Amino acid sequence: QESKTSGLPEYVKIVEVGPRDGLQNEKVIVPTDIKIELINQLSKTGLPAIEVTSFVSSKWVPQMADHKEVMRGIERYPGVQYPVLTPNLQGFHSAIAAGATEVSVFGAASESFSKMNINCSIEESIDKFEEVVKAARNMNIPVRGYVSCALGCPYEGNITPAKVAEVSKRLYSMGCYEISLGDTIGVGTPGSMKRMLEAVMKEIPLNALAVHCHDTYGQALANILTAIQMGVAVVDSSVAGLGGCPYAKGATGNVATEDVIYMLNGLGINTGVDLYAVMEAGNFICTALNKKTNSKVAQASFNIGTVN
Amino acid sequence: LGSLLSFPLSPQVSAAAAAGAFPKRVKVVEVGPRDGLQNEKTIVPTPVKIGLINMLSETGLQVIEATSFVSPKWVPQMADHTEVMQGINKIPGVSYPVLTPNLKGFQAAVAAGAKEVSIFGAASELFTKKNINCSIEESLERFGEVMTAARAASIPVRGYVSCVLGCPYEGKISPAKVAEVSKKMYSMGCYEISLGDTIGIGTPGSMKEMLTAVMKEVPVGALAVHCHDTYGQALANVLVALQMGVSVVDASVAGLGGCPYAQGASGNVATEDLVYMLNGLGIHTGVDLQKLMDTGTFICNALNRRTNSKVSQANCRL
Repeated sequence: QESKTSGLPEYVKIVEVGPRDGLQNEKVIVPTDIKIELINQLSKTGLPAIEVTSFVSSKWVPQMADHKEVMRGIERYPGVQYPVLTPNLQGFHSAIAAGATEVSVFGAASESFSKMNINCSIEESIDKFEEVVKAARNMNIPVRGYVSCALGCPYEGNITPAKVAEVSKRLYSMGCYEISLGDTIGVGTPGSMKRMLEAVMKEIPLNALAVHCHDTYGQALANILTAIQMGVAVVDSSVAGLGGCPYAKGATGNVATEDVIYMLNGLGINTGVDLYAVMEAGNFICTALNKKTNSKVAQASFNIGTVN
Repeated sequence: LGSLLSFPLSPQVSAAAAAGAFPKRVKVVEVGPRDGLQNEKTIVPTPVKIGLINMLSETGLQVIEATSFVSPKWVPQMADHTEVMQGINKIPGVSYPVLTPNLKGFQAAVAAGAKEVSIFGAASELFTKKNINCSIEESLERFGEVMTAARAASIPVRGYVSCVLGCPYEGKISPAKVAEVSKKMYSMGCYEISLGDTIGIGTPGSMKEMLTAVMKEVPVGALAVHCHDTYGQALANVLVALQMGVSVVDASVAGLGGCPYAQGASGNVATEDLVYMLNGLGIHTGVDLQKLMDTGTFICNALNRRTNSKVSQANCRL
């Protein structure tokens, strides 16, 4: 098949972050039952991993205030992972009590971003995560590590690939099973993606890497393609491209899951995901949010045949 | 003409492509004033069109498709083709090609001062029938007349092939068909063949397959890609084309021009987003991105619409 001979992975795991990263960055706060319905619909699409919610203080992230109810309310489909964000030990314990079986921690490759976001240095944040990872390992709970600002920072500008590699290596050595490299403000291009991955791949095995590309500058799919060409086989995305960019008003954020799957399908890469079912889930949540989808595939598909 | 000049280049281009390297320079062909405006709902007054083209001329773009010499009965948006052609400032070093679907259009274009023209073929019989009411073969015969006249006047002709990655009526299009039509147009004397993913349905997979077939018949130095972003795939498709050695890319400022086959869906890829990517790859285009964004702002204000360019939307200060 095409993907076998072309050097591309045969299978790419899609990590759906819409219910967490997506909804967290939407202006409208979505009621608990809608969140649960969205996740249940996504569970039926074949997606192997769906990031459900975030166990952070509702003072900081009101959109995720109902984390316990959501975690307890969703149907858990066999073979699907439901990771949640746990920024500290308290959040971790709360997540476990609510039934979580996988968690994520968020580091950054930028000191300024770390300071502005969680009011501490990268080193201090890693100490906090270490507590979470230790506790998680004791309970056989897998931990995913995110590295923000992998291709640029809203405060510092350029981020060196070496710094990204260093932070990634810390998280991986501490016990994170996978490192998701995030282009937080979407400034990256295939050029900077390649350079960054080359540096990170010296420290971390390829099969433990994921890319989390934002489409703020329209570069996401080209960046994802570059990563896949280099052997990365895990891609984060958000149904309907939910979640704007908090650093550029009115700009888009997450890449749309539908558009990613469309590209992977066209490359003959298996994802196990039913594109049409994802579009339907996207349609559901956009209707609930009273907004247009950010997915071009969804826009085109729902209008095909309506010839002008 | 150009087709002869590209031959000495092509072995080097192919070798670079084989090494997985990108071209060092990419020529961006700006189609906003024609392909863009032709597919916008609002008809733009002549002075605004001229203002747009003049602003584009200041950005460093080397090629700006100015208008189309077709009957205003079919394309009312381009009814002012003569006035536009005569009204624009022609900057030395910048080319202003115009569409000429037949001999009559060609003659009108030359009379209005055109120095380069384009003709449009398609890799789909049904699309050709629906669009210009004849077969591919018949359309190429018509173009033959234009080619003969153009050669006599020393006017370069660019050939477009539509539906290269799919057709709104036929669905799948075979790469072999695209290669066949491209070869015919190239042999007729077109100096460059722009391969158009008319409904934006292509992906890096189908782009690669199609280009592999076409590159057997037409030297890569004579190829361009014209990707639509209807399914969000345009930049990924352009990336693959660049990796295969293509170094000419069409785009439309502010992503002007929706898709006529899917209401509300986007069409052309935005020049700003393309240039952003090329800049990031260290590929030289000669285009000033800020001036380009300013031009996009100008035309979007005139059209009273939001830009389709994500780079423009973001306008993030780093």
